[in-house]
Amino acid sequence: MQNKKDFNKNHRMLTLLTWAFIFLVWFIITRFNLVSHLIVPSPGEVIQTFIAIVKDGYNGISLWEHLGISMLRLLIASALAIVTAVPLGLFSGYFSKVGAVVDSIVQFYRPLPPLAYYVVLILWLGIGESSKVTLLYLAAFAPIYIACVAAVANIRVEYLLSAKSLGASGKDLFFQIVFPACLPDIFTSIRTAVGVAYTTLVSAEMIAATSGLGWMVIDASRYLKSSVIFVGIIIMGITGVLIDQGLKALEKKIVFWKGYQ
Amino acid sequence: MNNELIIEIDNLTVDYPTDNEPVRALDRVDLKICQHDFICVLGPSGCGKSTLLNVIAGFTQPSDGTFLMHGQPVAGPDRQRGVVFQSASLYPWMSVRKNVEFGPKIKGLPATEITRIASHYLEQVHLLEVADQPPFQLSGGMKQRVALARALANEPAILLLDEPFGALDALTRIHMQQLVRKIWQQDQNTIFMITHDVDEALSLGTRLLVMSKCPGTIIQEFSVDFCDRAIDEHTGRVHVDADYLALREEILDLIDV
Repeated sequence: MQNKKDFNKNHRMLTLLTWAFIFLVWFIITRFNLVSHLIVPSPGEVIQTFIAIVKDGYNGISLWEHLGISMLRLLIASALAIVTAVPLGLFSGYFSKVGAVVDSIVQFYRPLPPLAYYVVLILWLGIGESSKVTLLYLAAFAPIYIACVAAVANIRVEYLLSAKSLGASGKDLFFQIVFPACLPDIFTSIRTAVGVAYTTLVSAEMIAATSGLGWMVIDASRYLKSSVIFVGIIIMGITGVLIDQGLKALEKKIVFWKGYQ
Repeated sequence: MNNELIIEIDNLTVDYPTDNEPVRALDRVDLKICQHDFICVLGPSGCGKSTLLNVIAGFTQPSDGTFLMHGQPVAGPDRQRGVVFQSASLYPWMSVRKNVEFGPKIKGLPATEITRIASHYLEQVHLLEVADQPPFQLSGGMKQRVALARALANEPAILLLDEPFGALDALTRIHMQQLVRKIWQQDQNTIFMITHDVDEALSLGTRLLVMSKCPGTIIQEFSVDFCDRAIDEHTGRVHVDADYLALREEILDLIDV
């Protein structure tokens, strides 16, 4: 136990050193003008820009609104994906007939790059929120659905057999055994799905939007405001990590038995 | 003994389909199980002893022959036949108590009754103090005791144990045997147990079935009573006598061909 603690501590140290090194290289490159500040702005510039955006917003819209609208799109799409993909995936895995209907559709669209069908979604739903949320929804749906189908197939046979021998069948078997037995895999897939949706979100905002973090970055690039681009990317990166950490904490609480099956 | 007949197996055959010829796992097995029998099944691996248990549990359908319980054919697993596997297969998302309550809860018993039953059987396997822990924090022997309590909580007509102590260390195994023996004597259960340990079979069973490989069938049955007369109350070990040793040799010769 003690060893493991030291080990973790060493690793955290390594992570910190890595980032310190990255910042050092960044600082040196800009301090000695090795490249144009239009290509790589200095850390100081980026911090100043960050403060300015926090204070005055970007393009008349505050940073919190940009961040908020992005998060709202992500949240709605992810929530929709979870409440539809989990039951559908579990049913598909459990009842082969449902699987025969749904599987091929998901398998068909899953490998498509989201931006390819985004054009179709814009054509059908316009450039407003609904096409964006639908895009994110579709991107998040596939990983959860596929993981749920696989999770049902991977349930330990003894769980099902012992439950049947204890008198469980139908609804009881599904809700009290199949669903919880799949929960660890469901959670892993939700983390993947939110990650996929997040990357898709930024690309979607780069195509048709007037607000959002992705839009802020793409708009800044048109005017070569490289420090804004950097601010945007750093915020996106940090938010992504925070979201994943939050999901991880939630996972630890809900799926407390993970790894002990 | 003229105890009530519970299970009647006649000419039972099980074939497993494969790409080529179907493989015969069980070949024309006849078996009658009566109330308060403690049957121990011995045999080399691949002799079909697990298949026999799976048929009785309802997990596997016979290819031929009849299997009746209380005179009725069996369609699939149900609460009449409780099963304990070699690996405890407790539900890790439920506490120890919830695991034991699972059967009574499915049955739809009133809450107070469910609690009473769970407490009773947890007490019987000496695990009342860990009732609220998740099962993965328990040792192997404790897990197996929970699995036993969970199966007992349904008060099944017969208890099927599939090498339940196979993965436990020698000392824990003796304690488990002692526990099962005591429960069997107190509650008058009917038990069908698979084991690969001749001593375990001799010290627990009232009827020992020896099975052979190719074809998988019962080649000999022994009636024994060491569990009644030769167990040391305190240690749970058998007082080995000449009869015991002779029988042990005979069974080992049968298995080890």
